[in-house]
Amino acid sequence: MAYSEKVMDHFKNPRNVGVIEDASGVAEVGNAKCGDIMKMYLKIDGNETITDVKFNTFGCGAAIATSSMATELIKGRSVADALKLTNSAVVEALEGLPPVKIHCSVLAEQAVKSAVSDYYRKRGLTPPPEAIIDEHASEHVYEAEEAALAAAKAEG
Amino acid sequence: MTVYADNAATTKVSDTAIAAMLPILKDNYGNPSSIHHVGQEALKILDGARAKIASLLGAEPKEIYFTSGGTEADNWAITSAATNGAKEGKKHLISTTIEHHAVLHALKRLEKNGFEVTLLEVDSNGLVTPEQVKAAIRPDTALVTIMFANNEIGTVEPIAEIGAVCREAGVPFHTDAVQAVGHIPVNVKEQNIDMLSLAAHKFHGAKGVGVLYYSKKLKLNIFQEGGAQERGKRGGTENVAGIVGLAAALEESVANISENAAKVTVLRDKLIAGLTKIERSRLNGDPIKRLPGNVNVCFEGIEGESLLLMLDMQGICASSGSACTSGSLDPSHVLLAIGLPHEIAHGSLRLSLSEYTTEAEIDYILEHVAPIVERLRSMSPVWAKIVNK
Repeated sequence: MAYSEKVMDHFKNPRNVGVIEDASGVAEVGNAKCGDIMKMYLKIDGNETITDVKFNTFGCGAAIATSSMATELIKGRSVADALKLTNSAVVEALEGLPPVKIHCSVLAEQAVKSAVSDYYRKRGLTPPPEAIIDEHASEHVYEAEEAALAAAKAEG
Repeated sequence: MTVYADNAATTKVSDTAIAAMLPILKDNYGNPSSIHHVGQEALKILDGARAKIASLLGAEPKEIYFTSGGTEADNWAITSAATNGAKEGKKHLISTTIEHHAVLHALKRLEKNGFEVTLLEVDSNGLVTPEQVKAAIRPDTALVTIMFANNEIGTVEPIAEIGAVCREAGVPFHTDAVQAVGHIPVNVKEQNIDMLSLAAHKFHGAKGVGVLYYSKKLKLNIFQEGGAQERGKRGGTENVAGIVGLAAALEESVANISENAAKVTVLRDKLIAGLTKIERSRLNGDPIKRLPGNVNVCFEGIEGESLLLMLDMQGICASSGSACTSGSLDPSHVLLAIGLPHEIAHGSLRLSLSEYTTEAEIDYILEHVAPIVERLRSMSPVWAKIVNK
């Protein structure tokens, strides 16, 4: 397993690390049992533009790099754009991830969407369907990765 | 600057081992099975290495079988002892929850084939007791296999006592001594061991060569067909250079074992003392019954792979029991077995030293670990929760 230069760059110099005290939307996804937790903070202005974004992550190199890349991809963009962010866009922007790390990119996508959901809820609104995440999606990917590993082992 | 602190993964080949191996590759390249003088010279060299290794382990030359390494030796011993037990209707195997996967997976395969496996639980320091073994032995027990010292947390098991329990019960006893040989005293006769696995590259020999010691009192099954090598049990031309290097490295390690252990233990304890000064850290494994070179510490609120990558950026080579580094997606089974919760097991760091480690390197490691832990914690939501509690 080797990380791309881009992943290592974002791991070594993660962008937008931190906390926004008066965030418009906040979300934490993942669980410590699996070894990845991401917390995402969004500051959204009256024009529905994400003016600031910060993250905190507990996890491996890929978890930190995908969080960092996700924040870069949505900063300065509209909420609608942020909701279009996919995990594969994060993977692509990072010039690839090892197969067993794809679940980290799923977590990054979910962190963004969950934080947007929180932004809607904070204003007493129902989040749009594209902001609703399957909380277990990264676990499913994680399980699929585990199954692929086991299958590879059985073959070998 | 490179600080190599991953000697439990592998060690650098010593000058002594290289000096022993080079002439075999260059000059004594004969096949020990050949009838001509070049082959016979190689056979003499091979026999010499076998005799030397046997005497260093307290065994007889005919009880030494060369293998490709520790994993093969573990698989061979376990499969052979289990198969022979089954012939007498004994299909029960005893081991522990903290064995290397070479043992655990071999046992799992036997379990699928109708054997019953009892995995003894260890205490919070990773220790299993002879009493536990005694209580687990049944009339149909075919084998007890318990590691000499754990590769992750360095805990040294009471092998001689466990061996005595097995001998009294008439049950064959195997030990995976891959981490122990060359570092702490190992003697199959004095320690009541019937079968033992070792690998050259853990004590400054080359990779790809190991030994299975198998007592002449027990029947050893054929591992692979294809020749009369290794008393007909393992066909295939011997890795003569690797074997000679193994013998030389073992001889050197055993000759200096007390001196090296004393030196490395001082460095180990300095490293442990320094690392456990970091807030919310803990030492894993027994503080006393511990391999001289093993340090294993958990830092709450961070994940091991990130820690390793950052240490590597400073030139420090280490390892971790986190999921991301275990080649699977779960944290180390050893850390879970000693009772650590998943989230703490993810934050483990193993530093394994050797007699080549210097005090300056220990200072360098100590200088760099704390700021890296601090940096990772500063961006960890898990840590934020711990400190806000």
